[in-house]
This record gives sequence, C-alpha cells and structure tokens, in this order.
Amino acid sequence: MALLQISEPGMSTAPHEHRLAIGIDLGTTNSLVASVRSGEASTLADENGEHLLPSVVRYLENGEVIVGTKAQAALGSDLQNTIASAKRFLGRAVSEIKTLAGQLPYDFVETEGSVPQIQTCAGNVTAIEVSSEILKSLKERAENTLGGELKGAVITVPAYFDDAQRQATKDAARLAGLNVYRLLNEPTAAAVAYGLDQKTDVDNKVIAIYDLGGGTFDVSLLRLNKGVFEVLSTGGDSALGGDDFDHVIAEWLLTESQQTATQDEFLLRAAMLEGRRAKEALSDTAEVDVSLGEWQGTFNVEQFNALIQPLVKKTLMACRRAVRDADVAKEDIAEVVMVGGSTRVPYVRQLVGEFFDRPPLVDIDPDKVVAIGAGIQADLLAGNKPDSDLLLLDVIPLSLGLETYGGLVEKVIARNTTIPITRAQEFTTFKDSQTAMTIHVLQGERETVEANRSLAKFALRGIPAMVAGAARIKVTFQVDADGLLSVFAEEESTGVKTSVEVKPSYGLSDSEIEGMIRASMENAKEDVEQRRLREAQVDADRSLEALDSAMAADADVLLSEPEKQLLLDARVELVTAKNSENADTVKNAIKQLEKAAEFYVARRMDSNIQQAMSGHNITEFES
Amino acid sequence: MAISLTETAANRVNTFLEQRGKGVGLRLGVKTHGCSGMAYVMEFADEIDEHDTVFDDHGVKLIVDPKSLVYLDGTQMDYTKEGLNEGFKFSNPNESGACGCGESFTV
Repeated sequence: MALLQISEPGMSTAPHEHRLAIGIDLGTTNSLVASVRSGEASTLADENGEHLLPSVVRYLENGEVIVGTKAQAALGSDLQNTIASAKRFLGRAVSEIKTLAGQLPYDFVETEGSVPQIQTCAGNVTAIEVSSEILKSLKERAENTLGGELKGAVITVPAYFDDAQRQATKDAARLAGLNVYRLLNEPTAAAVAYGLDQKTDVDNKVIAIYDLGGGTFDVSLLRLNKGVFEVLSTGGDSALGGDDFDHVIAEWLLTESQQTATQDEFLLRAAMLEGRRAKEALSDTAEVDVSLGEWQGTFNVEQFNALIQPLVKKTLMACRRAVRDADVAKEDIAEVVMVGGSTRVPYVRQLVGEFFDRPPLVDIDPDKVVAIGAGIQADLLAGNKPDSDLLLLDVIPLSLGLETYGGLVEKVIARNTTIPITRAQEFTTFKDSQTAMTIHVLQGERETVEANRSLAKFALRGIPAMVAGAARIKVTFQVDADGLLSVFAEEESTGVKTSVEVKPSYGLSDSEIEGMIRASMENAKEDVEQRRLREAQVDADRSLEALDSAMAADADVLLSEPEKQLLLDARVELVTAKNSENADTVKNAIKQLEKAAEFYVARRMDSNIQQAMSGHNITEFES
Repeated sequence: MAISLTETAANRVNTFLEQRGKGVGLRLGVKTHGCSGMAYVMEFADEIDEHDTVFDDHGVKLIVDPKSLVYLDGTQMDYTKEGLNEGFKFSNPNESGACGCGESFTV
C-alpha cells in the first residue's frame, strides 16, 4: 500500500487527491527542492543521498541531457556543451550579456529575438531551456520521493530580479511541466523557513538576511507587517563569496611553500582545493594540517580569521549601507538570518553577530534554508494548512509609473506596495483635438523620465477629437503575484482601448536597483526642484497655448494694436522665463501674463455672452 | 482491542509532533472514500473527544473514534522507505482487499 503522511487536523485528503507541493531554490551554483511531509519541511535527497543539485546541464550529441553532478564533472572536458550558471543570463537580452559573454566559454548565437542562445552540439539552447532541465530533474526527484503527481511549486528568485527575469523563471518552470503557485523572493523564503512570518513579537520589526554564497554576497532588510514582508533595502557584492576565502588561503599556501611565482595550473588548482578543505575543516577544529606538493605545514583558526577579515569587513560595510538605505536604526533589527554555505564559517557568524549586536539565526542548514521556506510556502498555497488565509505577500521593489507632459513621471504604483495589485489612474489630453496618446511605462523612484527606467511604450489611438482636458483616459496597472506587469489604457467615453504585456527592456542587477533607490534619496531635493520647474513649464505651455488659440480666434476683433502688442510682449516674457530653469521665475511670468491678459479674458467673456444671447429674447433666459 | 505502532514509527511521530510545537497525539481513522471503499486518515490531534479511545504505545497517544476503531482494530503502524519515498504504512488484519494503488481498502 501507499505510504502515508500525517495531515493537519481536518485536512486529510482523499486517495489520489493529495496536495503535493514543493519549493525550489533555483540557484546559480546549486539548486534544491523541499517539501512538507507530516508537518515537517525538509529538502529532498536524490538516490545518492545528495540534497544539492549542481545547476549544471550538459548536452550530448545524441540529444541526451545530463543534469547535476555528472554534468559538473564534464566542466573540465566538455566546456562548450556544459552550461553552468544559466541563472545569470535568465531574462537577459543579447546586448546585456555581451559584457558577461567575454568571460564565458559559451558560443552565443546572434539571434533576431532578444533571447540569447548558446550553441551546443545538441542545437541552440536558451537560459530558460537550461533552467527548465534543472527544474525537471528536481520535479522528477520530488515525484519519486513524494509518491505522486505534484499540484504545484513555489520557486525562489533574488529580490532584485526584474520582470523579465521573473517571467523567464516562470517560463522555465512551465517548460518543465511545473504549475507555479508563485515566485518568492529568496530573503523572504529564508525568513519564512524560520517561521518569522508567524511570530507576533517580530511583527513590524526589521529582519536582516545575510546571504554569503560561493561567489556572491547579498544582504536584504525586510520589515514584517501583518504577515507581509516589505523589502526595505538590498545590497551586496556580486563578486564576493566563500570562493574568495579559498583563494586567500590558496595564496597563503603558495607563499608559505615559496611557490608564489608558479604558473603551473595544476598547482594553482591544488592550492584552491586545499584552501577549501582547510576552510571547511576549521569550522570544527582550531588547527588543520595542510600540504601543497612536497610542502607540509599547519594552518590555524587565527591565521584563517586574519586572512578573511578584510573580506568579511567588506560584507559588513554593505550591511551598514543597507541599514542606512532602509532608514532604520541597528537596534530596530529583531532577527538576523544566515543564508549560504559560507555562513558556516564561525568567524563570519561572530562578526555578523557583533555587527548586528545579536546572535544570528543559524539552526537551519544555510544551504537549505531558502528551499525550505519555499517548501513551507508551497504547502500553504496547496491548501494543506487550516489557516491558509495567512498568505504571504511580496512587494514590488521599484515604483511603476507613466510619463506625463513635460517629461515628468506620475507614479501609479509606489515602491513597496504589496502584490498582487491593480491600480488605475485617469489621465487626459493636453491639446485640443488630440486623438492619440503615448503611454510610456517607467520604473524607478526619480521624478523625471530620463532618470527612470523605460519598461514599455505604446499608443492609444482613436481618441475622439475633444478640447484639451475633456478626454478621460483610464490607465490600469496590474501586477500579479509574481511581480509581472500588464498595462491597459482605455478612453472611457468611447471605450477605445489598448493594452500591453510589458516586454521590459531586460535586466537590472541588484546593485543597479540599489543605485536607483539610493539616487532617488540622494537627489530627493533636486528632484523636487526639477518637478516644480517642469510643472511650471507645463503650466506656462498651457497658458501660451490658451493665449495663442484665443488670439487666433478673436484678437483682431477685440483688441487694438497696442493691446495686442502688450499681450505679445508678456508672451515673450513668459517664453524667456520658461527657459530660465527656475520654477519661481516661470510661475511669476505666468502670473504676469495672466494679469496682463485679464482685460482680454473679460472682454472675450462679454463677447461670448453677447454672441450666445444674440437672436434670443431676454425672457428666454429668465424662465 | 488494540492499535499499535513500531518503535521507528513512534520516533517519527514524536519528532513530527515536537517540530509542530503542539498536539496531544496522533488521530487515526477511516473515511469512506476512494476507489476501493475506505481510506485511512492520519492527522495531528489537538484534542481528545470524550468518545475517543486512546492507545498508548512507545510514548505516542494514538487516538481513534469509535466508528473507525471497528475497522482499525489490530492494526500496526510502521514507518518505512520505498525507494526515495518514505512514510507510514498500516498493517490491518481487517483489510481484505485494496485497490491497485493501495490507497484505499475494503474490509
């Protein structure tokens, strides 16, 4: 008979209707799958007892695809057909990976589309396809372990992943035959693994996630508010990780053994491997015997700590920046969660603990903690928990908005708004008889178009000719649970509509996002000035437009030549002021023009009334 | 009348209960369901009903409602691995047939 798992009270499922769900940590170097069985969340091992699946895929000429450890073993011999770190190109455009491609052994194919392809002996493959092979392998493992078909999966992504990268991750999952419940930010998943989303004493407090992997370092500050994690700030270093620890030990070994001048690749590799072995051994002991070629010696914790201290200090500087960016005090941080294999190093834990002034959470294996959080979330979304109204929500990392007249950005959805969300805003036409409107979707925190990131541009056509400001154009932004954006525009009186599935101009690194948020803070004052100026300029344009159209209509009838000249002079003043780059000057000039034109406005009004009444009997107006 | 479990099963149940952080024991039962008549129910128990029968074995409280007890009497529960899969297995002397999948049974 089938093997059974324990359910929550009242949550038993009928035979063949088990709600099997998994969480997947799709990593750059390694991937994992986790699930909740009998109430316990754990990662699932393969037939060899290995939990980590190296994120490496090898394509063979006969069409066979090999994933994981066996593929990794071929990295030395069959580099071109063995793809590692595919996550780094997920959702990136050809132009964006050009810089990366120089350092990579793969043959990228120049394609028409925006998705880069890698040439292998089994044909061209995309990062989405490579990732889907990894997901397929994990899915198979999960189905064998759980004994049935999967209902759905939660897949984690870095907090800084943009729309394109998230969409690419979802595409890879779909290709692997997985039903994606949702994507979850990696730091959020780590917090969930420790149950911080359920702890009332942590509610409304700040949580720091310190993620030191093999090659990258990320720090995220989250605020938990009624089960919703808000990303306050992110930071890190995409070229700093545990491999650098190995590297400094390797250098030490070469120096001690007086072989620094060597060019011998084999020796260098041996030094790196010995460095890693020594590092891992020092997590448990104070001293370790080391050797390199003929040379033998000992290496102790104090030496190790001294070597890695500058590297760890570097991560703490990023932490300090993240704390500052989040605009919180260090005392506000209630918990520190350790993620990534390199946080096993005791000295890292010690310094991080000293920095945040509290012992970090280390009970859950730092390699597995993200997958476990995703597994818990998947179990919840599958409906295996009685209080499943407690759905964890994410937030959008950068504001989304539209370009408005004058090159300004009107934010439609503010940064850190919880998703999914739909928000609509009404816009109108600026000119008389305007029949089309460009909808320019932007992402970022700054006030002006050029300082933000352009996501999409499309036109709403067929707006009926009306006077400026009469058309009612409703623009709806919809961000789904995975942070993907759709924009709809509709002219409400006629129902003319158009929409766009945002095809974002791909790729923003975390440091870029961090930079964008930081720039908005640093330039806050300047931005406000800029906005005031642009708004004044738009007002000026509107006044000029009104004056011009009025004068074109009836200046010859209502104004004497000197009066005309007076108005034209005021007009010139305003045009000059408009270009002055000073909001107050522009505003003043608008006032001057309005004042100068007062008599003209009054005269036009009289004339309009007279025109309207002419031909009518006065009594008609009294009734 | 008795229901029992192996030591391996008991250890697993205790671990799961401990990790869950609450619960008085394990509720076992049967539901009329499935392709072959009945299906086992195994849930964490947060309370014991006055009509329930409680069996204490290897430090685990097995809680059974009176209706289910008729079908479960004599059952022994074990925890086993089959390939990558692992979970609880019921040896029920009342079981006279099971469906191909083994998820439901008849008495």
